[in-house]
Amino acid sequence: MRSLALWRAAGLAVLLAVVALVPLAGNIELTQVGVLVLMFVGAAVAWNIFSGFTGYISLGAAVFFGVGVYTVALITRHLNLDGGVVFALYPLGGLVAALVAVPFGLIALRVRRHTFVVVTIAVFFIFQLMASNFSWTGGAIGIIPPFLNWDAATVWNPFYYAALLIAIVAAVLAWAIWGSRFGLQLRAIRDDEDRARGLGVRTMRVKLTAFMISGFITGTLGGLYFYYQADALPQYAFNPFFDLTIALMAFLGGFGTLAGPIVGALLLEPYLGWAQQQVTNTYVAQIVLGALFLVVIIFLPRGILPTAGEKLTALRASRQRRAAERGTEPPPGLPVGASAAGSPGSTTRSAS
Amino acid sequence: MTALLRTEGVSKAYGGVQALSDCSIEVERGRIAGLIGPNGSGKTTLFNMITGYGRVDSGDVYLNDTKITGLAPDKVFARGIGRTFQLTRVFSRLTVMENMIVAAHHKERSGQTGRFRNPFARAGGAATRQRAMELLEFTGIAKLAGDRAETLSYGQRKLLELSYVLIADPEIILLDEPAGGVNPTLIGTISERIRELNRQGTTFLIVEHNMEFVMGLCDRVTVLDYGNAVVSGPPGVIRNDRRVLDAYLGTEEEDDDSSAA
Repeated sequence: MRSLALWRAAGLAVLLAVVALVPLAGNIELTQVGVLVLMFVGAAVAWNIFSGFTGYISLGAAVFFGVGVYTVALITRHLNLDGGVVFALYPLGGLVAALVAVPFGLIALRVRRHTFVVVTIAVFFIFQLMASNFSWTGGAIGIIPPFLNWDAATVWNPFYYAALLIAIVAAVLAWAIWGSRFGLQLRAIRDDEDRARGLGVRTMRVKLTAFMISGFITGTLGGLYFYYQADALPQYAFNPFFDLTIALMAFLGGFGTLAGPIVGALLLEPYLGWAQQQVTNTYVAQIVLGALFLVVIIFLPRGILPTAGEKLTALRASRQRRAAERGTEPPPGLPVGASAAGSPGSTTRSAS
Repeated sequence: MTALLRTEGVSKAYGGVQALSDCSIEVERGRIAGLIGPNGSGKTTLFNMITGYGRVDSGDVYLNDTKITGLAPDKVFARGIGRTFQLTRVFSRLTVMENMIVAAHHKERSGQTGRFRNPFARAGGAATRQRAMELLEFTGIAKLAGDRAETLSYGQRKLLELSYVLIADPEIILLDEPAGGVNPTLIGTISERIRELNRQGTTFLIVEHNMEFVMGLCDRVTVLDYGNAVVSGPPGVIRNDRRVLDAYLGTEEEDDDSSAA
């Protein structure tokens, strides 16, 4: 057990080192794609902290993202800010997104399952429509950031490290929440919310807190995106594909697990970036995205990591059984071949 | 002697169906009280009204002479009423130990001093885990502590549900069909555990169709019929009461059980 933890820590350290060194390769395009990949890692992890832990599937994460985009955009425009100070604004985007999460959550978290999904989509479209119709958001023209007079060769590096930092903070936060009293309450809500309430869990408060944490991280990423993309436009800040993509990433890697959303984002975002470059018609990439969603839900409903973990456990169990058969005589009274016939699923049942 | 738990004229209708009408029951401290009645007589509805899983149309619920009508389930639990469900409800993807820790939260919270609580504190302190282990040993499922609850058998889930209700030290526990669908050996274990807890001071109110179980265990039985408490008394009196025979034991679906009565 200890060696396994050691291997894991070592693997994580190597992965982090490689990721941290990417911008030093000097490949501008690679770094630019890397920013997006890391942003999606952070967003998928943030989505998972609420939706994965509680089982409430939200398709309204783009609300937080867009609020982050517009918060930072409006502040920079009104204060005429530029230079390195912009990076200090990202948490402000997160803060406003977390504030938006309060009324959003108080409305949406009253209902469950399908109804909840529909309510989040409705709130999402309200925000998108507001962004494209209010005068102070710039309407369909949007808001353009001040020009950053940075060296073209390294212009993406600060964005890359900012996205990496947010992704790491999100992942550490998710890990800390998972094993905490708070995380246990979230997972209890996922399994049986009414029962959790009956055992003294203040469900609304707990759900809302997770919703706000998730919103904060996503809003911070929105702030980053404003400068990265160099505009705040309603259709990109409040993008329905953002919601679908991060949900798919979490489902692909392993819904409700710690590493699942990270794996999903690392696999999916590079593909999406590549597909958009290969095919001039961006709709092709989106159609493939939708098809992939269906394939994952039907054939891999629990995601890559849980499924792989199960296969591994089964493999190990059967190997141990075979080793035991070779090493010792079968216990008396046990019919020949009985142990080989028992699948790993049935052995646990026999205890009852 | 005033009752520990009391309902006064509780009524509840679901659409056109009057599930409870003017239902008054009393459970005295230290008792193992039984609640019987034919299917649809309102037993589970009464449990739901007491534990905050629904709103009463009229009437009141009292615990220790304090009105608790309309309190939310978490508040009712914090006041000292624990409850199990007819179809067991455990957190299937949490381990047995994690199930216990969820139920212990409110107690840990009330034990803490100071205003600040670290939200990221690891779940379940050493004391909580030790207490949880003791209770799991008490109910006989300690060796399953690390298993996911979904791998437990139905009877084991019933024991888990009882265990995690116990960890909050409730004054009174409401059991909804603790013996339903459980094998005879386990029924014996469950009733023995209930007796043991009762000796230590826990009051019980039990809904059960298994007449042998109820008559053997309870020292007072209340009969519900059409949402109304028709009669209440010691098992010996109840089993010979004509109204009970009419309302309950005479129905054909209870033929299996009536042989015991």
